[in-house]
Amino acid sequence: MRWLLLKDLQILKRSPLQLTLLVLYPIVIALLVGFAMTRGSEDPTVALYNAMPAGESLGFGGEEVDGNEIRDQLCDRVDCVDADSTAEAKEMVESGEATAAVIVPEDLGEKIRSLASLTPQSPEIQIIVNGSDAVENRVTDDRIESMLGEANLLLAKRLSEGAKQYLDLILKGGQFDLLGQQIEVLGLQKSEQILKKIEPKLPPGTDKEQLQRAVRFAHLATDNLDLAGPLLTAITEPIKADKVEVGDQAPSLDTFAIGVTVAFALMFVTVLLVAGSLALEKEENAFTRLTAGLVSRIQILVGKVGLGTVVGFAVSLILMVGLGLFVGIEWGRTPYWLLALIFGAAAFSAAGAALGAAAREVRAATLAAVMICLPVALLSLVPDDAVGPAIETAINLVSALFPFRPALDAITGGLEISGPNVWLPLLHLAILTTAYSLLARLALRRF
Amino acid sequence: MDPQETKLALAARAVTKAFDGRQALDGIDFEVAAGEVVALIGPNGAGKTTLLSILAGISEPDSGEVSGDGVAWVPQQAALYRRLSVRENLLLFAHLQHDAGQTDEAPEAMVDRMLELTGLADRADDRVGTLSGGNQQRVNIAIGLMAGPSVLLLDEPSVGLDPAQRERLWGFVLSLVGEGTAVAFSTHDIQEAERYAERIVVVAEGDGLFSGTADELRQAVEAGGGPSGDLETSFLAFLRERGH
Ligand SMILES: Nc1ncnc2c1ncn2[C@@H]1O[C@H](COP(=O)(O)OP(=O)(O)O)[C@@H](O)[C@H]1O
Ligand SMILES: [Mg+2]
Repeated sequence: MRWLLLKDLQILKRSPLQLTLLVLYPIVIALLVGFAMTRGSEDPTVALYNAMPAGESLGFGGEEVDGNEIRDQLCDRVDCVDADSTAEAKEMVESGEATAAVIVPEDLGEKIRSLASLTPQSPEIQIIVNGSDAVENRVTDDRIESMLGEANLLLAKRLSEGAKQYLDLILKGGQFDLLGQQIEVLGLQKSEQILKKIEPKLPPGTDKEQLQRAVRFAHLATDNLDLAGPLLTAITEPIKADKVEVGDQAPSLDTFAIGVTVAFALMFVTVLLVAGSLALEKEENAFTRLTAGLVSRIQILVGKVGLGTVVGFAVSLILMVGLGLFVGIEWGRTPYWLLALIFGAAAFSAAGAALGAAAREVRAATLAAVMICLPVALLSLVPDDAVGPAIETAINLVSALFPFRPALDAITGGLEISGPNVWLPLLHLAILTTAYSLLARLALRRF
Repeated sequence: MDPQETKLALAARAVTKAFDGRQALDGIDFEVAAGEVVALIGPNGAGKTTLLSILAGISEPDSGEVSGDGVAWVPQQAALYRRLSVRENLLLFAHLQHDAGQTDEAPEAMVDRMLELTGLADRADDRVGTLSGGNQQRVNIAIGLMAGPSVLLLDEPSVGLDPAQRERLWGFVLSLVGEGTAVAFSTHDIQEAERYAERIVVVAEGDGLFSGTADELRQAVEAGGGPSGDLETSFLAFLRERGH
């Protein structure tokens, strides 16, 4: 059987079109996708119009948030371009110069300060995006959203610190600045002490009872308000910790893009190669001669599936390493995605063999391969929530019958620990390999 | 043919084969003596290819018996990889036949011998796809000869060859007969049958109508009141007479 495999490789070497496809396809795809992905992760340009008076402090309750802090936060994540008016910012987005604009209104500081007052207003920032660039929009949206999240967090923290100072004031007492006037606040602890001192001097009666109640309240309030301080900080902290973690991890959008690229290449290369190569045996008339006492049909089949698995694996490995030059691949998980590539290549090979055996002609096999692979692969990529439940079931069924979706799941699962489970799609691929091999064997009866 | 006198290389008795309910072979008898050259002649669809492939053991008859050892079969169309060179094709099949236990000869030695035999040693590294039809057929036949068969079955070996190529091919094939290999070939060309075969078997609609020399065929026609003259006319008259 190794002679058959050797012969197939020799033929492949002499087929310039196929060989070019096999070598160039993964390289070109890797370059294209790699560039697209690295470009996509560049910082988007955002036009910023800051109408807030320069250097205005967003202070409240003694805590200060400089307006420039928000600007720094935003421009840390995106490339900022300054605009001089709302209209100019809008124009920059429309012309494509910027993917989004952020308008900081004049009264932002006022509204933020109002948060600490008795009549709080919600501070708003205006965001303008261009609807025509969906992908870039998403990136920009993500950035702005995370920036706003952090700005909100910063405000919440400042607010809680301000609130804590008020609490301290109520608890321990002290000076309080209100509209330029110094106000002396007594504080609950002192009130309690004073009340306790007065209490024994009062004659028994209703007044004494009232006083005792006031002492108990002051005592309870002091104890409980002591807890409120740490609680306020606690509310703001966990959210912040979460944000940082998400930012550090490799975005799973990259993993998905790698998975789709590699699964597509693996599918096309393998299915086309095996289907064509098996149909060629018929076209060159060699099949009857081979099966006339030299080798069995099973051996021919195993040889073809072996050829596809070896070549498909090699091509997808090159592609993977090529993509690894552009985007972060977790090399520690190499054994997992190597398994995914091997199982995927085997399943696509078996599917190709079934196609080739059914088509019996190289041209027909090639055409059938493209016409089946492409739509099924695209169907497998339709997100679940994009269609109704009936269509979703139909799509899932079709996707499960073809190796593309399990191969994609296995590759992405192999690449990322937080991705789909690897073992289930691997099992799925093994079942498909067996099923398609049996179909191919059946079709070879009438080959 | 008297089996007492001559050793049979190959025999088929009452062989039937149907495809989708249509009878391709209808209880045909056929035999080849050792070292004999037999032509199977008949119109297209007569069942020649079906019979030869059953004799070669490639397909199973529905009923009837087939016996014969060391049978090699050469398909009608060259069963070769056109993108591989002559040597690579020969080497592949030499290895496969060696691994299948059909020959003990070392594959490399076998290839050299076949290149010598076909006279294609100087074209050994040319791709088969660049060879003429006649040379492709030589390589095709050479592969059939590798295991040293006692009977060589050739299915329409000269189709698509010009007269000069055809003559060279037969020169090559008949030189094998000299070494004791029997040959059974199918053709629908009566002249080719008369020229190269010792015996002619006429097949039509899956049945054997006649077996004998060309002269005997001519006589059989004339005895039946048919026209005398060239063999082609006799042959056509013979078929017409029997309703074909
Ligand atoms: N694989 C097949 N499937 C269906 N019918 C076939 C097959 N092979 C041969 N036949 C039919 O059997 C008959 C004999 O065919 P064949 O042996 O090829 O004739 P010949 O070689 O004499 O031209 C024809 O009617 C042909 O159509
Ligand atoms: Mg025929």
